[in-house]
Amino acid sequence: MTRWLFFCLLLALPAWAAVGDPNERLPDPAKEAIAREIGRELRCLVCQNQSIEDSDAQLARDLRRLVRERVAAGEDSAAVIRFVHQRYGDFVLLRPPVTAATMLLWATPILALGGGIAVIMLRRRRALAEAAALSPEEARRLAELDRGAA
Amino acid sequence: MIGELGHFALALGCILALAQAILPLIGAHRRDARLMALASPLAGAQLIAIASAFGALLWAFAVNDTTVSNVVLNSHSQKPLLYKFSGAWGNHEGSMVLWVLILALCGGAVAGFGRDLPSALQARVIGILGLIAAGFLGFIIFTSNPFERVWPPPMDGQGLNPILQDPGLAFHPPMLYLGYVGYAVTFAFAVAALLEGRVDAAWGRWVRPWSLAAWSFLTLGIALGSWWAYYELGWGGYWFWDPVENASLLPWLIGAALLHSAIVVEKRESLKIWTVLLAILAFGMSLLGTFLVRSGVLNSVHAFANDPARGVFILALLMAYVAGALALFAWRAPKLGGTGIFAPLSREGGLVLNNLLLCSIAAVVLVGTLWPMFADILFGAKISVGAPFFNAATAPLAIPLVAAMALGPMLAWKRADLAGALQRLWWVGALAVASAFLTLLVAGYHVWPALGFAAAAWLIFGAAADILDRIAAFRRPSQAWNRARGLPRAAWGGAIAHAGVGVMFAGLAGMGLATDALVALKPGEATRLAGYEWRLERIRDVQGPNWSARRATVTVLDGARVVTVLEPEKRFFPVGRMNTTEAAIHTNALRDLYAVLGDERDGGGVLRLHHNPLAPWIWFGAVIMALGGGLSLSDRRVRVSAPSRKAATAPA
Amino acid sequence: MSDITPPKRPRRWMLYAPLGLAAAAGAGFYAMLQGLQDGSYDPRGVPSVLLGKPVPDFSLPALEGVDLPALAAADLRGPLPGPVLVNFWASWCAPCIIEHPQLMRLAREGIAVHGINYKDRVMEAGAFLQRHGNPYRRLGRDEPGRIAIDWGVYGVPETYLLDRQGMIRWRWAGPITADTLEKDLRPLLRRYA
Repeated sequence: MTRWLFFCLLLALPAWAAVGDPNERLPDPAKEAIAREIGRELRCLVCQNQSIEDSDAQLARDLRRLVRERVAAGEDSAAVIRFVHQRYGDFVLLRPPVTAATMLLWATPILALGGGIAVIMLRRRRALAEAAALSPEEARRLAELDRGAA
Repeated sequence: MIGELGHFALALGCILALAQAILPLIGAHRRDARLMALASPLAGAQLIAIASAFGALLWAFAVNDTTVSNVVLNSHSQKPLLYKFSGAWGNHEGSMVLWVLILALCGGAVAGFGRDLPSALQARVIGILGLIAAGFLGFIIFTSNPFERVWPPPMDGQGLNPILQDPGLAFHPPMLYLGYVGYAVTFAFAVAALLEGRVDAAWGRWVRPWSLAAWSFLTLGIALGSWWAYYELGWGGYWFWDPVENASLLPWLIGAALLHSAIVVEKRESLKIWTVLLAILAFGMSLLGTFLVRSGVLNSVHAFANDPARGVFILALLMAYVAGALALFAWRAPKLGGTGIFAPLSREGGLVLNNLLLCSIAAVVLVGTLWPMFADILFGAKISVGAPFFNAATAPLAIPLVAAMALGPMLAWKRADLAGALQRLWWVGALAVASAFLTLLVAGYHVWPALGFAAAAWLIFGAAADILDRIAAFRRPSQAWNRARGLPRAAWGGAIAHAGVGVMFAGLAGMGLATDALVALKPGEATRLAGYEWRLERIRDVQGPNWSARRATVTVLDGARVVTVLEPEKRFFPVGRMNTTEAAIHTNALRDLYAVLGDERDGGGVLRLHHNPLAPWIWFGAVIMALGGGLSLSDRRVRVSAPSRKAATAPA
Repeated sequence: MSDITPPKRPRRWMLYAPLGLAAAAGAGFYAMLQGLQDGSYDPRGVPSVLLGKPVPDFSLPALEGVDLPALAAADLRGPLPGPVLVNFWASWCAPCIIEHPQLMRLAREGIAVHGINYKDRVMEAGAFLQRHGNPYRRLGRDEPGRIAIDWGVYGVPETYLLDRQGMIRWRWAGPITADTLEKDLRPLLRRYA
């Protein structure tokens, strides 16, 4: 947190010196909301790791204005994001596109959950197999002992 | 002179830490009682040495000793004393000294309170802590000397970054480090258990308080940082999914998993191998954060350390401790004994599900944080991973986690009756659904806030249902009070911590309904936001101790009634020539009114105004979580240290 | 419990998995630290999407008061007589002052350097060229900074190298220091000459 700040201060001092310009907002609240949603998907390239909605660096302001102009002109969100993406590349997208290089990233939740479940199942099956290796009578007594120990 | 003494104390501490690492470990290996007995005095001596070094550093900052380069770079004579002290740990070198001081304190605590531990286990734990301390003291001495002199001394220091001159931030690093370093102790217990080849209930009973304390401090530290970001940065945001923030979230998530799996070890002597692994990983994540923040490999951080030599040193330490422990784990874990058998639907099963989901979330955060770096080095691809990814990827894991949080405590150990548990929770579920519909009805079509309020109700009332159930409030109301008093504090603590998570969810959901306005006003003009009238009265100059500022006065009216007067500022710090914005916030615990002053033009000023419903609940929730942790910590079973005879009779 | 029955075949690989992952991550971090030192890994560098492509369509007005022709995409379409540099700059940008002597040297050596003045005031931009010298053959003025966005510029100074076919071959974000000139730019100028 602290370090992040040090860094941001170095690069984009104006981010803390200003709060934005009222003229840049769209008069229609619905369109402004759409523009803001788009802005949160786009990275301010100068002040690393903030979206253009959260920064007042010069480039962030310019991109905010550009997004709003395009939204006001009736373009849909995907088209606006595509416009910026074509100019600044994957780096500008805070939600990385699914490519060969990001497959593993997007698969993480499924891999972690699936892997975890697989390990649990394997261990459980082995524990049950060990219990079953005893005679049914032994297993029952073991289970009873187990209950008694609790 | 004081500086040289401090430097000497660090070197002495390093030698003592080495002795503390080597002698007791050899003693424990050879069952040599004399060598093992050295552990505690050495830990005490190391603590005294490090405390002296830290005292010397504080002294240099307090008297503004400009012959010390660290003071010159980070302090100034005109700064208030609190910020002189916080400046001592607000930089790379000083924060490392604080880190090893807290580590030495933990070592001292294990030495002081651990007399009831089996002596070999205590010697090993203290020895491992000494090993960690020696590595980091070496790092300080060889790459980051905080007492380095400058000659000739400049007239005065260059000042601490004004944005860091803040009470919230003064205590943010110490809290975080208490958390990070607390996991060094659970790590030491895990490694000691691997060396001994035994984990039993007594071990679980020792690991649990340490993981509770570390987790509670980490919760407070993260909350403090996020609160500071909220009021200081002036954007109304509180969490940015920045790599440095994620680095503190990772040990928190793994630590929360550890907290829960240690219960299973203690109560059922099961999940031993897994718990040992979590204890290693929790500290590993703390060290990973240290590496990311201080090595310069991250996109987000730069000013803290740009010296690759430091990066290589920390990486070497990270690999020595974590990879070393994991290698030991792979070799010795089979000795720790297998898993007990329990039905999937049981308290144990619930805790396993908790661990699975928490660790999956941690995996998402870890991979999301590191992927841009690895995609660059592996594929040459420059990508960003930000809030939209983390929200999308963690939500599907967080939803079942929340669902299980209220249900888990209702399940019995070994084999539970799901229908029975659900029956006792039906009213909680009804309240959750009602909260969601009420949100949609009042606030309009906002899916996530509605889900957030449902989660909040589910968790808060679920915790209440748990307590009511335990004290049998409905079945035998006459004895409820006595039962409540007899209920172990750990039960109360758990329920309170779960309710704290619910309170935090309410805050997050409320912030999802926040509204704001960006307006240019002249004195006397007003605007409307969230049903209030916000009137700019005037903008004037004010003078602070080491800053001057423009201060706007904004009156907030509800009809004719004055709700509050907000005074946002733009401060200018002449030392360092920096501007900061000071947001003005009025809270009544149910909502924040938040104003920031921007550019001035034509006699007026630009104001950004926010109405943030339930915003403070985010941090209330965190404080409640930490309180729950503290309450569990004060449980008699935890406080009275594990009886050693239990270790002796543990199943062989 | 299961301590009573000896484990049959312990699944050792599962226990080695955390170590393997940690070792792989450690190797990656080490490669990053090495890359930081030799410059092959830069967490802040962002590649241009225009590499290997012609410049985007644009037409900019000339800077008033400076006797230089305006700049448009048509001036940068191949075939060109030699490699061309396009430099985004501003009078308020401190690193631009650091980089200026290198641009002057290139101009004296006969390399075509074109300028795009970014978000600047006419008077101050003119004064800057008067004080530090003019390396540019053509100079366009992008006051709203809109053309810069089409190029993917994220700060000034920023410099693009075009080959004789008018394809963008290299983008440098930040000042061209004497070191950058010798180590990075000169070999490229020779290659695309």
